[in-house]
Amino acid sequence: MSAEGVPVCLYGGQFTRMRIPVETFHLDNGLYVTLSEDHTAPIVAVNLWYHVGSANERAGRTGFAHLFEHMLFQGSKHVGVNEHFDLIQRAGGTLNGSTWLERTNYFETVPSNELALALWLEADRMGELLPAMTQEKLDTQRDVVKNERRWAVDNQPYGTMLEKMQELVFPASHPFQHSLIGSMEDLSAASLDDIAEFFATYYSPDNAVLSIAGDFDLGEAQKLVTEYFGPIPNGKGKPPLPAMNLPSVFGSSLREVVHDNVTLPRLFMAFRSPVFGSEEYYAASVASAILGMRRGSRLHRSLVRERQVAADAGAFTFDLAKGTDLLVVDVTARPETPVAQLEEEVEREIELVYREGVAESEVKRATALIETDLVASLQSAGERADRLSMFATYFKRPDLINEQADRYRSVTAEKVNEFISGRFGEDNRASLLYVPNEGVESESALAAAAGTG
Amino acid sequence: MVTSLRPKPGPTRSYQFPDFSDETLPSGIRLVIAPVAKLPVTTVLVVVDAGSSNDPAGKEGIAALTAGTLLEGSERFDGAELAEKFEQLGTSVESGADWDSAFIKITTLSDRLEEATKLLGEALSSPTFPAREVERLKAERLAEILQLETEPRGLADEKFAEFLYSEESRYSKPDEGTTESVSALSRKDVDEFYRARYRARSTTVIVAGDISKGSSRALITRAFKNWPSGSAKPQSLVATARTAGRSVHVVNKPEASQSELRIGHVGLPRNHPDFFPTLLMNAVLGGLFGSRINLNLREAHGYTYGASSFYDWRRGSGPFVVSTAVQSEVTAPALREILLEIDRIRSGRISEEELSLARDYLDGVFPIRYETTAAIASALATLVIYDLPSDYYGSYRKNIRAVTADAVLRAAKSHLHPEQLQTVMVGDAQVIADSVAELGLGDLHVHSS
Repeated sequence: MSAEGVPVCLYGGQFTRMRIPVETFHLDNGLYVTLSEDHTAPIVAVNLWYHVGSANERAGRTGFAHLFEHMLFQGSKHVGVNEHFDLIQRAGGTLNGSTWLERTNYFETVPSNELALALWLEADRMGELLPAMTQEKLDTQRDVVKNERRWAVDNQPYGTMLEKMQELVFPASHPFQHSLIGSMEDLSAASLDDIAEFFATYYSPDNAVLSIAGDFDLGEAQKLVTEYFGPIPNGKGKPPLPAMNLPSVFGSSLREVVHDNVTLPRLFMAFRSPVFGSEEYYAASVASAILGMRRGSRLHRSLVRERQVAADAGAFTFDLAKGTDLLVVDVTARPETPVAQLEEEVEREIELVYREGVAESEVKRATALIETDLVASLQSAGERADRLSMFATYFKRPDLINEQADRYRSVTAEKVNEFISGRFGEDNRASLLYVPNEGVESESALAAAAGTG
Repeated sequence: MVTSLRPKPGPTRSYQFPDFSDETLPSGIRLVIAPVAKLPVTTVLVVVDAGSSNDPAGKEGIAALTAGTLLEGSERFDGAELAEKFEQLGTSVESGADWDSAFIKITTLSDRLEEATKLLGEALSSPTFPAREVERLKAERLAEILQLETEPRGLADEKFAEFLYSEESRYSKPDEGTTESVSALSRKDVDEFYRARYRARSTTVIVAGDISKGSSRALITRAFKNWPSGSAKPQSLVATARTAGRSVHVVNKPEASQSELRIGHVGLPRNHPDFFPTLLMNAVLGGLFGSRINLNLREAHGYTYGASSFYDWRRGSGPFVVSTAVQSEVTAPALREILLEIDRIRSGRISEEELSLARDYLDGVFPIRYETTAAIASALATLVIYDLPSDYYGSYRKNIRAVTADAVLRAAKSHLHPEQLQTVMVGDAQVIADSVAELGLGDLHVHSS
């Protein structure tokens, strides 16, 4: 176990000196474990990141990583169907899982005297899932996931944004190009053998990070992890991802119009941006906050407050750690704003910041907001564990959790402007424009307005 | 091989809800302080007895609009300047109104707390409600209402309230108002509502976080010294049902792939003496992942991504509602299962297993609910708004553990009313109407959306 932090009473003093303790160790089977103690409440969070996401799926088998997230609650050798949920909730805990392009995570927060239960449940499904897998369970969860797709994607205004964006901005063969929740066809085609193979390939201890945060004893936690996870054999290695790297810009402006069952037009404009965790990422993240974080941001101030052409405006980054990240500007029109004007107004704001850059005071506002959110979120044991897992999975550096504030503080207007001048040009803008099905201008009028007709 | 031996829990460690003080300042403002020394962060939450239930008839949405416009201009600064000043301090003000209160909230790092709180007090004590900003927020609300037309979840919630409550009940209309009511609101209405309700004796300031009681008291006393004195008039609440019997409403969405379902009736007020048994009863019926309704609809049948039930606890009787979205083709079978579950929990005692799941979960999860200063402040606001005893959180777990299977059955028999069920569906009438009509859920009405 190597100490990478300062395991003392952490939270006193100034924010600049706020450090949460970080310890790490490895098991022989490759499981990477990070631990962070905090005894202010009798709560402990257990968090597992598997380094597999939709990017690891092959063509014709989309939606597997996410379908798996469901199958992991269907029982394992020593745990019955839905018993994982039952046992954790009986223990007074909360739990869930989530899937993203690059990873899948599973997590529970429990009263600290139930740490062993949470660890054992995670170990049993990592080591012994397949003996409990049946066709019936797969069929039911496939139906559940199809209903999740209907609920969150198909029957939800702008619900197709993520998959339409992925399709628009990534080349056809790129691992980030296909839908995360998967197509109905691929979900229907999933067989038990496919599932078993996917599990054997990706759900092994050497492809996972386990984090524990909160009220526990280091020695005891290490003993429990070794006892429960130690016997699980390491994996046989996973196939390498195809080349992920992409040029820093699209090369030309991209544009797609989606006619959808929505009331108000909404424009998502994406820019290729530096990968999560890189030096330049922090400048991009600050640029995103300057543009769209809270009511004092540029887009809100200009388009919502002053010009009153937008009902809402924001910006965010995908936080992708491989290939390229995306910065996305998201503006919803007011009912009386024509679609063409929505596009023009957003373009104008982007042009303005591209030509004139941002001021130091805007950087200060953005970093101050980001810092507060960072500290506020670290109050929760589950958040601490999740971030430890994230930094360990992507960079083998869980201690980066303590460097975030400094990284943001070191961002200057000069760095943000360097990022903007490299990435906000016309050769790096991808517009995904949602327009209502009925009563909108014709496609040719739209195209003409955007100057691409 | 992973061991087959299931771990046993270790000895429990005690937990206390954060200690807090509760006092009335000379100005009349109530001040609740919970020092929490965990991270250098503090939440200040101002709660005013100015929630949407106070909206006069015809002016639905005025509470929300007033709360939303509070920080859009003060004597010294306009709205953009205020946003900029708060955000330079790393915080932003959230303000709004729910049924029972208006709230204004900031969370800041410790070293900026004083400055941010002073600014908050100053801005809140001298709002100017500029007409331009009032009109802008009205227009944004109208845009939101328009968006509901294509947002099945929000539309189902709204239509359920409309068909559930009588027209005299404020609960029959959205808390932020309708197109008609919001369009008619003026700057003068906002100003009048503010003057009538934003009074010291109707205001509580809650401070939770990295600050002592003494410093908080001094800070809040100074920052809120110009808050208007006096108190707001109590408002009577009407929460009567629109119809006595069952009825079904289909809001037609041709070609919808799913039906959004809401089934329920008028529930109970927050201060009802059966709160705890009813909370547990609902947990078993539809409140937990392992509840009867979710396991039936999701795990046994695969009809849905999730199904749940809840009592919406308000000062007046909020709704009891079962909520889910199911594949259009299985709408009638899913409804039948929900009806069966409501009948079943009224007809026999829940098992010891079910009781212990709900009881142990609600008891055990208690400390996990209060990890953040914002969550602690919000819990303290609940005490204030519903006038709960000061040891409410101290005795919460004991009260949960005292609920028996018999008490749950009594709660189910007294507080679930199958004969009063209102069913609202947002979905494809052509696919679902005929089969649903056969279920005996009452007269079926189809509405175009």
